[in-house]
Amino acid sequence: MTTPAQSHAPLTLTPEQERRIDEILGRYPTRRAACLPTLHVCQEAVGWVSPAVVAYVSQRLGMAASEVQGVVTFYTMYHQAPVGKHVLWVCRTLSCDLRGGKTMQEHLEKRLGCHAGETTADGQWTLKKAECLAACGYAPMVQIDDRFYENLTPEKLDALMDRIERGEMPAQEETAWTPNQAS
Amino acid sequence: MPDYKNILSNRYPLAQSWTLAVAERAGAYGPARKALGTMTPEQIKNEVKAANVRGRGGAGFPAGMKWGFLNPKPGQDVYLVVNADEGEPGTFKDRTIMEKDPHRLVEGCIISMYAIGAHKTFIFVRCELVLAIQRLEAAVKEAHQKGYLGARPFGKDHPMDIVVHPGAGAYICGEETSLLNALEGQRGEPRLKPPFPAVKGAFGMPTIVNNVETISSVPDVVSMGGEAWSNLSLLPPEMKDGGTRLYGVSGHVVRPGVFEAPVGITLRELIYDFGGGMLHKDRPLKGVIPGGSSTPVLRPEDKVHAPDPKSPMNKWHGKSHLDVPMGVDTMRNLGTMLGTCCAIVMDSSVNMVEASRNLMKFYHHESCGQCTPCREGTGWLEDTLNKLASGRGKASDVDLLVDIANNMMGNTICALADGTAMPMLAFVRKYRKEFLEAAEKGLGPSHRLDEAVRAALVGGARVAAHAEAMGGAA
Ligand SMILES: Cc1cc2nc3c(=O)[nH]c(=O)nc-3n(C[C@H](O)[C@H](O)[C@H](O)COP(=O)(O)O)c2cc1C
Ligand code: SF4
Ligand code: FES
Repeated sequence: MTTPAQSHAPLTLTPEQERRIDEILGRYPTRRAACLPTLHVCQEAVGWVSPAVVAYVSQRLGMAASEVQGVVTFYTMYHQAPVGKHVLWVCRTLSCDLRGGKTMQEHLEKRLGCHAGETTADGQWTLKKAECLAACGYAPMVQIDDRFYENLTPEKLDALMDRIERGEMPAQEETAWTPNQAS
Repeated sequence: MPDYKNILSNRYPLAQSWTLAVAERAGAYGPARKALGTMTPEQIKNEVKAANVRGRGGAGFPAGMKWGFLNPKPGQDVYLVVNADEGEPGTFKDRTIMEKDPHRLVEGCIISMYAIGAHKTFIFVRCELVLAIQRLEAAVKEAHQKGYLGARPFGKDHPMDIVVHPGAGAYICGEETSLLNALEGQRGEPRLKPPFPAVKGAFGMPTIVNNVETISSVPDVVSMGGEAWSNLSLLPPEMKDGGTRLYGVSGHVVRPGVFEAPVGITLRELIYDFGGGMLHKDRPLKGVIPGGSSTPVLRPEDKVHAPDPKSPMNKWHGKSHLDVPMGVDTMRNLGTMLGTCCAIVMDSSVNMVEASRNLMKFYHHESCGQCTPCREGTGWLEDTLNKLASGRGKASDVDLLVDIANNMMGNTICALADGTAMPMLAFVRKYRKEFLEAAEKGLGPSHRLDEAVRAALVGGARVAAHAEAMGGAA
């Protein structure tokens, strides 16, 4: 993670990250089309879309900085401020709420001592409310970093977060599937 | 479980079903070999027309007809764009294809590209679906290694490539022209139509945008033949709504999930046979949103009124809305929509002011803000519902909801505004008493949406009950 003070230094990516962006640029008929995926690569590297990221992307893709900024502000998955080590999204749309979405959020706020939209004092967790994450049948659910955890109870969620705090990366379970009788 | 055949999902249960070796052993790429090896693009398009594939992304437009709108000028590239933005609340079916059988989608893209004369497909996946993106990218790579993509797929001089493009979190990007803007690196704001994407789509070129499931149906259409595939549907052939499809069910049922069944099963089958029935036997069904949150809610006690023998709905005259076969046109005739075919089930514990407030908050958050009626209307609906819920409302606010919704319809660039207004109107019309009660007294803590499950969740008992229900039903 970068602190705001560092964020004004120009962005330097690893050769591997530069190679990934070159590869992304090769996929599209225009440079600008690489904007969303390039921002994802940069956010992965820096932790958020810092001013240095915006400057880098605008220069790399030949866009005005204001255009890149306009893109960044349109989408919810670009962090416009530094976030905690882990970002936890709790789904609060209808299907999840019918099965305990709010209970999960309350449990998380109690455990973390912060509200949705905030980062814990120790910088470990940022808690965010999500809109429907296409897991409605496996509610309640959360997304932690790049994984979905579904069919949760407060206990199950606690166990997952304990493991993550110990440095583990619990795997995302394969989604259950029930075939019909004839097959 | 009912005994319909798993066709689209037949490979889902296989171990490592997402790898090329496993998928191919179970039949993958046979249809592509047949299509590219023995059929002309014209023949494939005719099979897709005969199959009566109605778009699986929500609007139900006939795929064969859409493909027919393409008429590229010499020198123009044609693109296929697959809509994998899956963000309509209640909808979680496309994810299963991408996670469990990505090669079916890749194969669908190969056959479709050949049929419409495209050399490149962009699959636009919402970036939250990380596992789906990983498996799709791996599948594309495997297909390249085998030569199924690249310079000469299946020996045909028709170079092909597939690009998996991540979104960045915005429901509106599921709208096809917004998706194209997002693909081009712009803000995901919908474009005015016309021109339609088939004329001027991705990068200004003629483009076909189809849903993941629509394109994933193409291999089966080719292998079975369009007419045979169409006839899988339980609806009469004149309804031109063919095939088999994925259904989802979430909310207050015993066994939420995604299932496959022919087009034309009823909501009752979906809820009680597939979904295992209501979660709590003492809490009956109160309302069901049939196909994603933009489709107006249905009540089980409402009956079809179509006494005229000439009416297309006459066959179901007097029957509950739950007993009408689900199709694009039958659902429209009930005043709702088939949408994505993923139902949200609400039991008697649910307060409909709360349910609609949850959704209106969603639409307000997701409106892109270009059109005044939508930007202001979604916000105003949410505010008015907040007022009602908190006890600051008055009876006239209930009519205000109706006025706001009516003024949003038909006045905007895209269908998000209609998809907000129509469900709002249905909630008020069908559960008006509840809205008036809220205007009088506000809502209390017992009106929380998770009231039905909270005690069990907090008490830890739900896991056991759930495990028992799953075991008992399997
Ligand atoms: C607000 C809004 C959101 C939409 N979201 C999706 C989506 O997530 N996935 C999808 O396939 N279609 C979505 N659609 C429908 C698309 O605009 C388009 O009709 C569809 O992708 C066409 O594919 P089909 O004909 O195969 O269904 C959405 C439409 C609107 C108005
Ligand atoms: S209807 Fe709403 S979401 Fe659609 S373009 Fe207008 S403001 Fe944007
Ligand atoms: S409502 Fe939570 S994943 Fe869809």
